Amino acid sequence: MTDAPRNLPRLALYIPEPARRPGDAPDFSGLAIPEPGALPRPDIDAPAEATRELAYGLIRVLDGDGRAVGPWDPRLDPQTLRRGLRAMVLTRAYDERMVRAQRQGKTSFYMKCTGEEAVAVAQALALNREDMCFPTYRQQGLLVARDWPLADMMCQVYSNAGDRLKGRQMPVFYSSKEAGFFSISGNLGTQYSQAVGWAMASAYKGDDRIAAAWVGDGATAEGDFHHALTFASVYRAPVVLNVVNNQWAISSFQGIAGGEATTFAARGLGFGMPALRVDGNDFLAVYAATRWAADRARTNGGPTLIELFTYRASAHSTSDDPSKYRPAGEESLWPLGDPIDRLRDHLVAIGEWSAERHAALEEEMREEVRRAGQEAEALGTLGTGPAHSPATMFDDVFKEMPWHLRRQRQELGV
Amino acid sequence: MPIDILMPALSPTMEKGNLAKWVKKVGDTVKSGDIIAEIETDKATMEVEAVDEGILGKILVPEGTQDVAVNTPIAVILAEGEDANAAPAPQQKAAESAPPAVAAPAAPQTPAPSAVAAPPVVAVQPDPDVPAGTEFVTMTVREALRDAMAEEMRRDGDVFVMGEEVAEYQGAYKITQGLLQEFGPKRVVDTPITEHGFAGLGVGAAMAGLKPIVEFMTFNFAMQAIDQIINSAAKTLYMSGGQVHCSIVFRGPNGAAARVGAQHSQDYASWYSHIPGLKVIAPYSAADAKGLLKAAIRDPNPIIFLENEILYGHSFEVPKLDDYVLPIGKARIARSGKDVTLVSWSIGMTYALKAADELAKQGIEAEVIDLRTIRPMDVPAIIESVKKTGRCVTVEEGWPQSGVGAEIVAQLMEKAFDYLDAPVLRVTGKDVPMPYAANLEKLALPSVADVIEAVKAVTYR
Repeated sequence: MTDAPRNLPRLALYIPEPARRPGDAPDFSGLAIPEPGALPRPDIDAPAEATRELAYGLIRVLDGDGRAVGPWDPRLDPQTLRRGLRAMVLTRAYDERMVRAQRQGKTSFYMKCTGEEAVAVAQALALNREDMCFPTYRQQGLLVARDWPLADMMCQVYSNAGDRLKGRQMPVFYSSKEAGFFSISGNLGTQYSQAVGWAMASAYKGDDRIAAAWVGDGATAEGDFHHALTFASVYRAPVVLNVVNNQWAISSFQGIAGGEATTFAARGLGFGMPALRVDGNDFLAVYAATRWAADRARTNGGPTLIELFTYRASAHSTSDDPSKYRPAGEESLWPLGDPIDRLRDHLVAIGEWSAERHAALEEEMREEVRRAGQEAEALGTLGTGPAHSPATMFDDVFKEMPWHLRRQRQELGV
Repeated sequence: MPIDILMPALSPTMEKGNLAKWVKKVGDTVKSGDIIAEIETDKATMEVEAVDEGILGKILVPEGTQDVAVNTPIAVILAEGEDANAAPAPQQKAAESAPPAVAAPAAPQTPAPSAVAAPPVVAVQPDPDVPAGTEFVTMTVREALRDAMAEEMRRDGDVFVMGEEVAEYQGAYKITQGLLQEFGPKRVVDTPITEHGFAGLGVGAAMAGLKPIVEFMTFNFAMQAIDQIINSAAKTLYMSGGQVHCSIVFRGPNGAAARVGAQHSQDYASWYSHIPGLKVIAPYSAADAKGLLKAAIRDPNPIIFLENEILYGHSFEVPKLDDYVLPIGKARIARSGKDVTLVSWSIGMTYALKAADELAKQGIEAEVIDLRTIRPMDVPAIIESVKKTGRCVTVEEGWPQSGVGAEIVAQLMEKAFDYLDAPVLRVTGKDVPMPYAANLEKLALPSVADVIEAVKAVTYR
């Protein structure tokens, strides 16, 4: 401290804390939830400044009665809506099955996306099938919505003989070039810069495909997030940059990543890019916002930052126990509801669905997952094998195997 | 036929847990998928689901029992009309839990390992600096690291710890257990997820005179912080003409754990040991972990403190002293021998010591040196041993090229060439990224057999 006389209070260090901790009653009454349909929808070639109120507000379409309201209603046909509903229900059934498989030792690790299904599923439908996705680890709905075989995903999780990744990746780190789903990285945020690079390459080649990237609220603190926004803005990269704000980065609430001071969407405005903050549990709002950003990117309008405001209803992973750091039962009180229930209610409200059809769909999806499970487990599980041959271990270190690896393989006798 | 329900494993490295609660009671009918009990581990609470159907015939482990080893039978499920006290279940059914193949930790050569036994207490020769007659207490490496930090934080108000999940969650691997409760959120700080960011913050706080302990959830994530560590922390004193020093500890698990794949299994010992300005510590035992972490926190230089996830749960004898501080840069003879010198550190010691036991049965007496500090390296200790044995094998999990073993070989060539009776050999990990699958992972890591083979080669047996 200096010796100068002072009559100011001492400096005090501020440490952010979530409003509620275990033992407290869950309470979201402090959360401002704007009315659905209230925000305007600018044209896709509007300047970034036109999105200012969209970055601080919340784009919502579905109201409490299951009606679609306001200018962001994407006016999807019932067939597309049912396709979205089916993919969300299937994703949830898949998650349930895989967590059970982990508890039974069939894999070492799993991550559910419960409560966030609308994010990946609606976005997959709003993008073109050929657009390239750079997701993080909770967007399995992208593969499901792109009709990628569940059994193939399970084989990856089980690291079995059918695993196309040859037993090399952690469970849920899927990779499918054919499905436009890059290889997931365990080091957070790296995919954000890579998506911008991929998008710039697509523009360089004069292609018509765009890229999309996902990052959690927590990982926006990574340098990669800020690097990606700089490059995307400078070069007007054809990319849709998504922040899935599910409130929790393992045990760190979103305030630890800077969510108290402003919205995650608003970070885009500082880079001069349009920014949309969306009710992530509203299938129609997610679809509409993503379509807006994708259309803008595809017509050389550059990048958009989308914050998908949602809630991680389950544990971070099978190694996590949320009861240690947040009130029990909070997920059932999330004021924006459950994405599957909300789309179901909408379809019922417009006379395109019923409780009976929904129950039948759930049973059908569970059965589909069961069938896929049998198919995958016939090729082994982590616990039972068969595993990949040790001879494969030296493949793919380099495109062509150098002599010293050939020798190591021989020394190993495989 | 009665079916045993076994204590499940929540993760491949879990070895034991507490049986928190029985949700079902004896006589209840259980269906597949029913929650029957709740288990607590050091990381989380989990529910045990029944896979088989039947009646809960007998509870073998009452609720509230602590430290139940994975795969211990905890209850028996009976079919209609069966008697729980009849013959014991002839075949354990591990369906509710990770099967034994999974429950055994991934580095199967470590001593931890039988699926049902708690980790053994490993006996190592005490440090020569420990006064005779000192009482010893058994503790895990995890507890030793926590105690070292807590003691230093009590002693010096400038010491604080920060990193991802260190406060509220008590550390991703529970190394900071209880620190938030004792020292409060100003000294146990949860950070945003940006290793590059908080490493830089730590360097800045150290420049301001505080003594940060920066926890990396794993050193794999510190790769993005390596510019702050090398270009700032390690060089600041030098570049400022000796004006600005940086008393900081970067610590966290290093190297392979189990089933965490290519990006989470890397050994950084040789990377950091290359850098002038850094001291690099990689302890094996709990006593060394405690004594060296305390020394690291007090040291005025930037320190890389490399821990190991597999070793966290291993127990050792630790001297019960009020202030147990060890010198940085001193190796320890973990086992005396005359025929060959084995040099290792951290988890590599588990291979070296096991191999030495096996070799002794075959009449080869290996001297095992635990380096403990990689930089500055206690080269004189290695040379003194090699003068006696004439042969040397190094053991590390890292890759061969430019590894720590390569440095030891070079030092011996320069300073002990005339004492060598055979080329020095290195036992290392294979030259591939770490695969995920257990069988491949095992092959990619060094093994006790590799060490024995190398020793036989240099002793011409």
